[in-house]
Amino acid sequence: MFDYIRNFFVNLGTSWTNWLNSFLPEPAVTVVNFLVIGIILVMMPVIATLTLTWMERKVIGRIQNRIGPNRVGPWGIFQAIADAVKMLVKEDIVPDGADRPVFNLAPILIAAGAALLWAVIPFGRGMVGADLNIGVIYLVAVGSITTVAVIMAGWASNNKFALIGAFRVVAQLLSYEVPMILSIAAVALIAGTMSTMGVVEAQQVPFALLMPVAFIAYFVAGSAEVGRAPFDLLEADSEIVAGYFVEYSGLKFGWFYIAEYGNLFAISAIATTLFLGGWRGPFSHEVPALGPLYFIIKTILVVFLLMWIRGTWPRFRIDQMLGFAWKVLVPATLANLLWVAVILKLPVPQLVQWVLMLGGNLLIIFIAATMLGRAAKRYAEAHNLNPASSAV
Amino acid sequence: MQQLMFIVISAVTLISAALVVTTRSLFRSALWLILTFFGIAGLFILLHAEFLAIAQILIYVGAISTLIIFAIMLSRGVMDPNARRFNDQWGLVAGFAAVFFVLLTAIMTRVPWQTTMAPAPMAAEAIQLLGRELVTPYAIPFEVASVLLVVAMIGAIIVARERES
Repeated sequence: MFDYIRNFFVNLGTSWTNWLNSFLPEPAVTVVNFLVIGIILVMMPVIATLTLTWMERKVIGRIQNRIGPNRVGPWGIFQAIADAVKMLVKEDIVPDGADRPVFNLAPILIAAGAALLWAVIPFGRGMVGADLNIGVIYLVAVGSITTVAVIMAGWASNNKFALIGAFRVVAQLLSYEVPMILSIAAVALIAGTMSTMGVVEAQQVPFALLMPVAFIAYFVAGSAEVGRAPFDLLEADSEIVAGYFVEYSGLKFGWFYIAEYGNLFAISAIATTLFLGGWRGPFSHEVPALGPLYFIIKTILVVFLLMWIRGTWPRFRIDQMLGFAWKVLVPATLANLLWVAVILKLPVPQLVQWVLMLGGNLLIIFIAATMLGRAAKRYAEAHNLNPASSAV
Repeated sequence: MQQLMFIVISAVTLISAALVVTTRSLFRSALWLILTFFGIAGLFILLHAEFLAIAQILIYVGAISTLIIFAIMLSRGVMDPNARRFNDQWGLVAGFAAVFFVLLTAIMTRVPWQTTMAPAPMAAEAIQLLGRELVTPYAIPFEVASVLLVVAMIGAIIVARERES
């Protein structure tokens, strides 16, 4: 009994398969299992939307010294469900001059992209939709489907704000994909594999401690990828109303919303998997059933960090946003990648390698911060923003 | 089963490829092109080349199609549905396309393709094999491709740079 609970989820899966086997032929069991896993994983963005919207409103509310939703259910936890029902009964409007098929396809595509990400995310040992040996690249490739969906939405809406929003999204996604891939490449290099399961197994020390540069770069690039503040100029309400989905209403808007929160949750889960040790934690090897718990806790912590940043940071301008990607993140992650590649070939014990990696990373952070500080000073002088000089 | 999948995926690829060149709206042709790329990625998966399939999606769908759509949206006049479909150079282009087609067919019919099923390397090994091959026997082509890309990038920067007056 204790053994069963120790590895509860995997054993549950085995029992389920055995039960199906007792009355179904082999191919049918495979199909049923794939369907069940697929449906569970596709539900992830929806679950993320229902829970994280409530969490976000509570967290941001506290940051802004408000209470947040508190009317529907205890602490307002059913607020998200009320909003979802409201969204379902709203009228569906398609603007005149919209490219109808493309307009209708875009929300489906964007939600599909958000759901597909979950296929390779490991929730615990042996708990992954598909342990692809190219899992890490798969994550990036699937993320790029979002770009296409956004362009389709922006263009098909026949609305200038939507189009400008789509342009901004694409510029942002393309620029931040580069540091993202470079930081992921460093992870694949240390782990020696691109399978997400393998990456987690390889993390005797969370990679965030070995390569803070890669972690920070991934974190920043990830929050840019999901378009959250301070990178939310894609939907800056004061400039372009709501960006690429301004013309959508009802459930079609809902799909964009689900994709946004699904991606937020997925990006946090990927950051956890690649840099924070995934499902590893105390006793996770003896009691694998603890894995999903650690995984969810770490993911929620990353989500909280993203919300915290959203609640405190002002929005970037587009030139600042692009400049930060190309002039800061790309050189820093490139330097990290080169450094890690060199260190991994050094004939020294693993512990020394780890210390050298961390040392090099801290140096990269120091150099980047110094140069950023100098640039800020120069900017302030050029624009007469220095408090000392303007006071005179 | 595999045969059926192959037929379906190739049909999707071919039909969408045909629609790329026949659709009136340039933006929609770009979308059909994306579907074609997905079809090709599907064919790669059928051939057990998962890495190529993902690279296909990452590079062609994620980057190249996006740039194509950008170019379409930023060019003046091409979005007009009443614009002429052909300009004066269509004969020349058709000639070159025909020559290229003949060339490709000639190559394809002459290469001794391996038609029997060889034991393909396991996918995990396949990636490592690919990586090793790229930096050992194929290091020169690999480096030449990188130099080409750098040259293209420098060229683009020079073309796009603002003139300092």
